[in-house]
Amino acid sequence: MSDQWEPKIVAFFCNWCTYTAADLAGVSRMKYAANVRIIRVMCSGRIDPQFVMEAFAKGADGVLIGGCHPGDCHYIEGNYKALRRVRLLNRLLKSMGIEQERFRLEWISASEGEKVQRVVNEMVDQIKKLGPLGLPQQFKEWDSEVLEEEEEVKADVS
Amino acid sequence: MSANPEKPKVAFYWCASCGGCEESVVDLAEDILMVLDKVDIVFWPVAMDFKKADVVAMPDKSILATLVNGAIRTSEQEEMVQLLRRKSQVLIAYGACSHLGGIPALTNEFSREEVLQYVYHDAPSVVNKEGTRPQPVTEDEGRNPTLPEFRNVVRSLDQVVDVDYYLPGCAPTPKLLKEALLVLLSGELPPKGTVLAPDIALCDECPRKDSKPTDVSFTEFKRPHLHRIDPELCLLAQGFICMGPATRGGCEALCINGNMPCTGCFGPTSRVKDQGAKMLSSVSSNMAAKEENEIDRVLDGIPDPVGTFYRYGLSKCLLRRKVTAGE
Ligand code: SF4
Ligand code: SF4
Repeated sequence: MSDQWEPKIVAFFCNWCTYTAADLAGVSRMKYAANVRIIRVMCSGRIDPQFVMEAFAKGADGVLIGGCHPGDCHYIEGNYKALRRVRLLNRLLKSMGIEQERFRLEWISASEGEKVQRVVNEMVDQIKKLGPLGLPQQFKEWDSEVLEEEEEVKADVS
Repeated sequence: MSANPEKPKVAFYWCASCGGCEESVVDLAEDILMVLDKVDIVFWPVAMDFKKADVVAMPDKSILATLVNGAIRTSEQEEMVQLLRRKSQVLIAYGACSHLGGIPALTNEFSREEVLQYVYHDAPSVVNKEGTRPQPVTEDEGRNPTLPEFRNVVRSLDQVVDVDYYLPGCAPTPKLLKEALLVLLSGELPPKGTVLAPDIALCDECPRKDSKPTDVSFTEFKRPHLHRIDPELCLLAQGFICMGPATRGGCEALCINGNMPCTGCFGPTSRVKDQGAKMLSSVSSNMAAKEENEIDRVLDGIPDPVGTFYRYGLSKCLLRRKVTAGE
């Protein structure tokens, strides 16, 4: 077992552009860091901020959103919706102490396989510098204070 | 101690609370007589003289229902709610703080050290030349008085003990409390985990509903204290952040009727996991701007997204607290 920590990145890619680009990167045998778990969604506008926050809460060290370039959205304006959500979510995540490098939105068209490669590699490097976010472990640590109390109360009452 | 052993026993307890929830029980007014007639209150520290030892002495599950208000911040609160859980058949989280973390949970934006530093040293109203801080144990003429531990995180009740039902609101309305008590006494209990209020967004019972456009296209966000609010028109349509679409109804639009936007104290409906994220999503989707600079300019109208979208629910935010705050 290797004890070298590797960042986990959850990527939400839109079906029409970025997912196809990732596919292209694959068939073109472009190598990029194996740290992303790609989730295909029909449109970047489908990505609910709850998905992003849940990804972090469940252990992602970074979240990447990929959508079509402005003007190219299959659903006309879904990517603008995504952009506005990301700008506001960025502000929220910042207040909650999540570094901006952990959350990224990129426009990647179906032909830009090499951009998938570049963005993923860049993000992996940046997150490696930051270290793990490790929210599930943090939650456990925070809650250990309550568990201790529970044990004491149990011991007191019985 | 109880005068009438046949009457079901009810207890009230408060944790990190402002007192408003206790006040709302008193607001039952003459209905409180109906309550007192039907139940025995066996523990209510704010109003009656019982001690922890009285609770310890009660048989397990001997209390029909305990209503706990306030968030959980200290070891003493944890201890008391664990004790009350043990003694009660039904445990109810009463009010936004107990349900979602409430106002006290906004301190989850800061570390424990930052909170203590501000409260005991830096706040303008504080005079503390010796720099005293509360200590869990002190030495005082041979005695060792103790204080509860101040935790790192503010929690909702269900993040500490198993909770059966929730009475939402800051504070819950007397009407909801009365209905809940009647349901409890009827013995026909709803499924565990039920929030005892309608499971539909506040907009549904808002008197301004008809003026809410299907497409709100925000070109600016206004802050209520800086603008005159039209008393008839949907607040979102006027550019004020109204949490109505992301918040459960049941309050009968009290704030809206007072010409103030909903700030979200009833929490989300059962279909939403994270109330703040949902509202954030909705307002940002509905902005008109398309260029980054323009988007950012409009978003400057929401200077404090955490305080805006999680005013009552930061404990229940998927992220729970500022993640890098440390101790
Ligand atoms: S829910 Fe509101 S009224 Fe009740 S304790 Fe919290 S702040 Fe006070
Ligand atoms: S957004 Fe607010 S003001 Fe508008 S209908 Fe909903 S609750 Fe009423």
